[in-house]
Amino acid sequence: MLSIRNIVKQYAGHTALSDVSLEVSGGQIFGLLGPNGAGKTSLIRIINQITAPDSGEIYFDGTKLNQSHIERIGYMPEERGLYKKMAIGEQIVYLARLKGLSHAEATKRIKYWFEKLQIQDWWDKKVEELSKGMQQKAQFVATVLHEPDLIILDEPFSGFDPVNAELIKDEILELNRKGATILFSTHRMESVEELCDSIALIHKSHKILDGKVKEIRNSYRSNTFLIEYSGTKLDFNGTQPFTLLDEVAGEEGYTIRLQLNEGGTTNDVLQYLIPQVSINHLHEVIPSVNEIFIQKVNQIG
Amino acid sequence: MNKVLLIIQREYLSRVRKKAFVVTVFLVPVLLLAMYAVMYLIYKNSSELNATHIVKVIDESGNFAGKLHDAKNIKFENLSQTLAAAKKDLKKDEDVILLFIPKSYDSPKSVQVLSEKKPNLTVSNEIESQMNDIATNNNMVAKGIDTAQLHNIRSDISIASKEVTETGDKESNIGASYGVGVAGAILIYLSLFIYGAQVMRGVIEEKTNRIIEVIVSSVKPFQLMLGKIIGVALVSLTQFILWIILSVAVSFIANKYFNAPQSPILGLLSGLKSIQFGFIISGFLFYFLTGFLLYSALFAAVGSAVDSESETQQFMFPITMPLLFTYLISVTFLAQNPDSSLAFWLSVVPFTAPVAMMVRLPFDPPAWQLAISMCMMVIGFLFTTWVASRIYRVGILMYGKKASYSELVKWFFYKE
Repeated sequence: MLSIRNIVKQYAGHTALSDVSLEVSGGQIFGLLGPNGAGKTSLIRIINQITAPDSGEIYFDGTKLNQSHIERIGYMPEERGLYKKMAIGEQIVYLARLKGLSHAEATKRIKYWFEKLQIQDWWDKKVEELSKGMQQKAQFVATVLHEPDLIILDEPFSGFDPVNAELIKDEILELNRKGATILFSTHRMESVEELCDSIALIHKSHKILDGKVKEIRNSYRSNTFLIEYSGTKLDFNGTQPFTLLDEVAGEEGYTIRLQLNEGGTTNDVLQYLIPQVSINHLHEVIPSVNEIFIQKVNQIG
Repeated sequence: MNKVLLIIQREYLSRVRKKAFVVTVFLVPVLLLAMYAVMYLIYKNSSELNATHIVKVIDESGNFAGKLHDAKNIKFENLSQTLAAAKKDLKKDEDVILLFIPKSYDSPKSVQVLSEKKPNLTVSNEIESQMNDIATNNNMVAKGIDTAQLHNIRSDISIASKEVTETGDKESNIGASYGVGVAGAILIYLSLFIYGAQVMRGVIEEKTNRIIEVIVSSVKPFQLMLGKIIGVALVSLTQFILWIILSVAVSFIANKYFNAPQSPILGLLSGLKSIQFGFIISGFLFYFLTGFLLYSALFAAVGSAVDSESETQQFMFPITMPLLFTYLISVTFLAQNPDSSLAFWLSVVPFTAPVAMMVRLPFDPPAWQLAISMCMMVIGFLFTTWVASRIYRVGILMYGKKASYSELVKWFFYKE
């Protein structure tokens, strides 16, 4: 769907992107992660052809990115805004026509969306009369109205109240099910694990990690498990089939964090423990994307 | 290109639909109508200006009686009454003016003009000038110059300025040309500022609203800038054309209903008939349009470099300077020396030409100068639009950064 190859972008005095390559396959929800100032917005602007890279190429569905692709991309920037003194309906029609829709088609589709989001009676309202959440709904409609194949959302959930954020999230998921590829950026990593198929981590203009969320997390597994048990406190003397990492006393028993021995399984651990205590809970400790990110950044230094 | 049309359409409609636009369009003809009405009322009430004044002369010196000749609006009558008796009669008729010349009239303020109402300035001026002529004649005769020689010495000079043209001598009205030139310069100066500032405000609005990023993901920054400039240009043209049409209509109505053939003000207006209004108006539209394209591109670049209107000051100064400078020079020096070399150079430099040329147009500048000036305007606006668009495309995406001149230069050299 989108192939980003060796993109370099420099502004006077600083490098925004150095040699960034990414593959976004069709139908995915792709998360572009990184702290503020990492270069996410620069990359998004290049994909939207707002700015051009110093070097490197982008391919969209196999052809080199060009003006004709504008109509197949929907973009909601981080800094959202509409013309304050213009009526909402007319404004979205205008934005849709800039994306190549006809007047009649735009009107028809806006009516559909307004009904869906239950904002039918807003058509003639001016933007300045609407609350911020309402404006964002309108902006979302303007972003997806021309049924783009690729929807790019820069920090989509910042500024939405929880109810609207959930609503928009559901709409994004539905659009994705209908075939749209979603690319969004965020600096809040915890929000992406449930949502994204693939991610890329960008840090100080470099891509430091990318791939499928599951694969990345699997590759960061370290055979570490968490076990909660009740009964008398265990005393480990070194004969147990695992390495103890730490041990905490809780209200209903004890929690231990352990790492399996080379070649060992959780069954070995359970067989060792079950005769001595009752096990309440066992789960594998897989680092969150946030932890992976911090770990990765520390590695690079 | 289709997208530029869409932008033009939005920029145009969003401005034309505003109440302020409609009000201004109709305000000017209403003011013009009010002006006609006031002129008409002044004329009606000032009929005494045209009424014939009867001046009764009591000449104790005997040097003037009979030599004063009737002039426009003045009729002299000799009176052989005493001053005291005449004064009594004066109160009966308020239109009568009494001129009293004592035996010795050399001392200051010895000659008196008496009337029931305040004496009319034109009448007293006429009397004074005639009496001075007569007194001078009398003095010359007294010194031994005979009357025949006297007529030869006296000369009566009045200037009629004529321009030599191929079709023959043409009566030219310098006063009217001056007035039209200065009025055109003021109008173009104000309109360039008013509509240029509209473009700038539009750019700042898009930037502070953050809608700019949505728009430039659909169109190129240059298309947006071009669409905005053309949209505002069409708004201003609509305004001017409506003003011209409505003003002509109002003048027609005023002419019909306030018709006053001998009104002195209408007489003054007839001086304007020597001006070729078609030529002036097309000149105005050309210089306004090219000047607007030139300046509004710069205004757009300024708007893109700032986050709010209050920050525009530092960049506005160099833009407004050439305009203000030419404006000040134009209404004073240029209007009096429309063919000087300074006038030529100012009307060739694109930054100053719109104002300078407006002053010169009523004085029929040479065709080759007009041609150079017009070419320079076109080159000028293409150049500034190019420079401005390079700053604009970077500036509109820079938030919360206070731009300096060196930064603008850097933006200009950005690749894309």
